[in-house]
Amino acid sequence: MTGPDSVMPPHDPRMQSIVGNLLRIGVLVAAAVVLTGGILYLAQHGGGVPDYHVFRGQPAYLRSLPGIFRSALALDARGVVQLGLVLLIATPIARVAFSAVLFGFERDRTYVLVTLLVLSLLLKSLTG
Amino acid sequence: MNTLAFSATIGGAAFAAGFLGSLTGLGGGVVVVPLLTIVFGADIHYAIGASLVSVIATSSGAAAAYVKEGFTNLRIGMLLEVATTFGALVGAWLVGIVPANAIAVIFGLVLIQSAYLASKPRSDHATENLAPDPLASRLKLDSTFPTERGEVRYHVFRVPGGFALMWIAGVLSGLLGIGSGAVKVLAMDQVMLMPFKVSTATSNFMIGVTAAASAGIFLHRGYVVPDLAMPVMLGVLSGSMVGARLLFRTPTRQLRILFAVVIVALALEMIYHGLAGRM
Repeated sequence: MTGPDSVMPPHDPRMQSIVGNLLRIGVLVAAAVVLTGGILYLAQHGGGVPDYHVFRGQPAYLRSLPGIFRSALALDARGVVQLGLVLLIATPIARVAFSAVLFGFERDRTYVLVTLLVLSLLLKSLTG
Repeated sequence: MNTLAFSATIGGAAFAAGFLGSLTGLGGGVVVVPLLTIVFGADIHYAIGASLVSVIATSSGAAAAYVKEGFTNLRIGMLLEVATTFGALVGAWLVGIVPANAIAVIFGLVLIQSAYLASKPRSDHATENLAPDPLASRLKLDSTFPTERGEVRYHVFRVPGGFALMWIAGVLSGLLGIGSGAVKVLAMDQVMLMPFKVSTATSNFMIGVTAAASAGIFLHRGYVVPDLAMPVMLGVLSGSMVGARLLFRTPTRQLRILFAVVIVALALEMIYHGLAGRM
């Protein structure tokens, strides 16, 4: 699939459809989880009065991955929404991880390293 | 207004933002932050958190369509992602330091600039027959893209300049909670002389990754409020999906002018609120 010179057409249709599906499924699953949590939340708190005017930050359990997983498992409505948002953030990260594998298949060491650098920054940011 | 009514109103407004963002090509984020802060009086930190999450949703959704067409240049995207990711981390750090009023003013200025960039007519640079750039060749950035007359080869130039501008795009993305697609396209299309469709598709791929870099930090800082992010993300995502379907019919000139007026009005409102110290 590589041309005679350094010009590389990276258009393998199978890979593209895998990447496309990965992104689509990631977003749809995330949206479904957010929606489920949202329905739970509105069923429990729909009659309350919202307050987003003053910045107070979020309770600690909604700010760390273990806290989010625990509260989502306990079906805490806000925890479920937050889990959906974590899945959403993880979607482009999964794409970067997959790209590292693609470059690995092509034995392109430079780009495997570039991709792993980006991946490590993203994982560091997500896990805190 | 109770929480149910408030969520429904925000969801509806976010739908409109996603729709507008997708039709203008500016993305939902640029409308979400002014909407949440000015119209709904939300704290700008919450607005930026909710906006950034919706940016990931729309860009990943759109990227799924782009990859199939074969325009995305994965090497360029990943290389420049080093710059935007570092920038996004700096931007997310700045959000905690820069006063809310200053963020509002910067937001307004960037919004006007983005709207201006997006409104300019585009024509592709013919780089097919130019001598390749040594650095771009060494990094294997030159590639081909599909056109009506088959695969056309393009060369990439001025990699360091594009890289530097991408760093700025990353900072703006993290600081303002937007995808900063306009600056990313500027870096590839104008600085690196890449074909417009390749620039747009590659920018779209990068937007989600850049946003994910600062979204993680926002999550740990407590800027991502589930109750607010929920209607915003679902609204913007569905709005942009509907907008993307309509995009195949090119919007009329009147519609474009209407969009431009809305965007500039929002931008001026942000600047005014910031200068008046109301954020």
